[in-house]
Amino acid sequence: MQSSKNNSMKWRYLKQHVFFGIVRASALIITLTLGGIIFYIVYNGIGAISWDFITKPPTHSMTQGGIMPAILGTIYLTVGAIAIGLPLGIASAIYLTEYAKQGRVIRFLKVGINCLAGVPSVVFGLFGLGFFVIFLKFGSSILSGSLTLGFLILPTIIGASEEALKSVPQTFREASLSLGVSKWQTTYRIVLPNAMPGILTGSILGIGRAAGETAPIMFTAAAYFTAKLPGSIFDEVMALPYHIYVLATAGTNIEATRPIQFGTVLVLVAVVLGIDLIAIIIRSYMRRNKRW
Amino acid sequence: MNRQTKEIIIKYIFLLFSLVSVVVLGLIVFSLFREGLPIFGKVSVKDFLFGMEWYPTYDPPSFGIFPLIVGSLVVTLLATLIAVPLGVMAAIYISEIAPQAIKETLKSVIELLAGLPSVVLGFFGMVIIAPWMQETFDLPTGLNIVNASVILAIMAIPTISSISEDALYAVPREFKEASYALGATKFETIINVILPAAISGISTAVMLGMARAIGETMVVLMVAGGAAAIPESLFDSVRPMPASIAAEMGETPYRSAHYSSLFAIGIVLFCLTLAFNLIADYVSHKFRQIGSGTL
Repeated sequence: MQSSKNNSMKWRYLKQHVFFGIVRASALIITLTLGGIIFYIVYNGIGAISWDFITKPPTHSMTQGGIMPAILGTIYLTVGAIAIGLPLGIASAIYLTEYAKQGRVIRFLKVGINCLAGVPSVVFGLFGLGFFVIFLKFGSSILSGSLTLGFLILPTIIGASEEALKSVPQTFREASLSLGVSKWQTTYRIVLPNAMPGILTGSILGIGRAAGETAPIMFTAAAYFTAKLPGSIFDEVMALPYHIYVLATAGTNIEATRPIQFGTVLVLVAVVLGIDLIAIIIRSYMRRNKRW
Repeated sequence: MNRQTKEIIIKYIFLLFSLVSVVVLGLIVFSLFREGLPIFGKVSVKDFLFGMEWYPTYDPPSFGIFPLIVGSLVVTLLATLIAVPLGVMAAIYISEIAPQAIKETLKSVIELLAGLPSVVLGFFGMVIIAPWMQETFDLPTGLNIVNASVILAIMAIPTISSISEDALYAVPREFKEASYALGATKFETIINVILPAAISGISTAVMLGMARAIGETMVVLMVAGGAAAIPESLFDSVRPMPASIAAEMGETPYRSAHYSSLFAIGIVLFCLTLAFNLIADYVSHKFRQIGSGTL
């Protein structure tokens, strides 16, 4: 009796051991995947990186030279996307957390935002093409691309801002309101400043996403190659993600330009993961130094 | 203007801003249908959805997207089969087992994985996995269903893992304590108590991960191979719906039948992902664990 009980205890702990092993292995596989991808990209791409690569335009039908116009284009598009997504996102989040009452309106808005978050990026591209490029006649341009990307990251920014606003303690609002301060002044002077760091770090992740997206800008902004830098927001631009796609699938000499391709991938990954990493570090710093 | 009126005006301005998301959703539907519906003057909805031949540039053209739908479903299902165990296991590790320091690192790893641009993952699959796969398994091409599914799984893992982790984290502590008090091991507690209590959140995570995979474009465009035919083996090439849209939109004349058929594929894709999202939303609201009485 005693031994069978021991056996069963042993058996139960053995199962636990095996299970924990599998769980740890899964976490390890995911970490190694990320590490492996980054390692391959850095290992193959670092050789192509030089000052000229980053500051010179492509030459010889994009088989030589640098990627400066693509870097610049990505910056334009990302800044444009922030200019649209950030104010709209923060304002929506303020309405949802500070003004709306629980009920049908809020449920309706939330379902809308969730659905928008689920729209595939290529469908955003079609929307940008059908609405901004054709219907509003903006053409394939920085403006069309920025608007498309701005609406793409809107749900991310709303989510981040909502969370930041909710984390401001209710007592702050009550203290302000009890002094006879109006709702808007309370929101503007008390709630927003306290939520701002959280809103910004959350939004930075959305910005990283905008910089790396390809499908939404394919039909709305990105050009295969431009001889000149864009002069206005109604011009087409080159962009890093699209440049990678073009070089890897439709370049003049795909095998010979591999180093340039890896170099461009490395620059894009460095930009996007750099942005994400900054957000992650700021956030963990803020969590440790929280005042309330 | 007195304070009250000003407050009311401000409130409505904010309401207006928050309606933008819903308006954009409406505009998406409007543009898709405006550009996509004309194709149904040429082919019936049934022939479009279930037609076996996708030859949009032939004369006469043929607009059957069934092979594309099958392509999308196959890569999505296989990606889900790979991503769900890995994602959920990682979530269990993070929320129940890992020490604090590893937990924080792993969360950052998953966040960075989510941040990798899709074109980079597509490039990785195309330039590194495809040649390796072709040589190792002696295949005609390394750009196939398995390759695309593996890369899509990498993209879906962060979604599945982070939402599952939230669900596991939300399981009340008393549940675990009650289980330990009855003499259950940690493993038994996880399997018999925590997972069942978090199952609605985990299902939501899986649905959203699948929605992410089915709508992902660059990966399937670069890695799935592009053959618009029903696949016979897992090492065949396919042409999922997003790949078709992205590959062909650049070279179609404006407002041609081919052009509007691509928008019509967009409608199908939009409806599919919308369905996934609405089911996820429904599941997370309907079957949410409230208190301990429903376990």
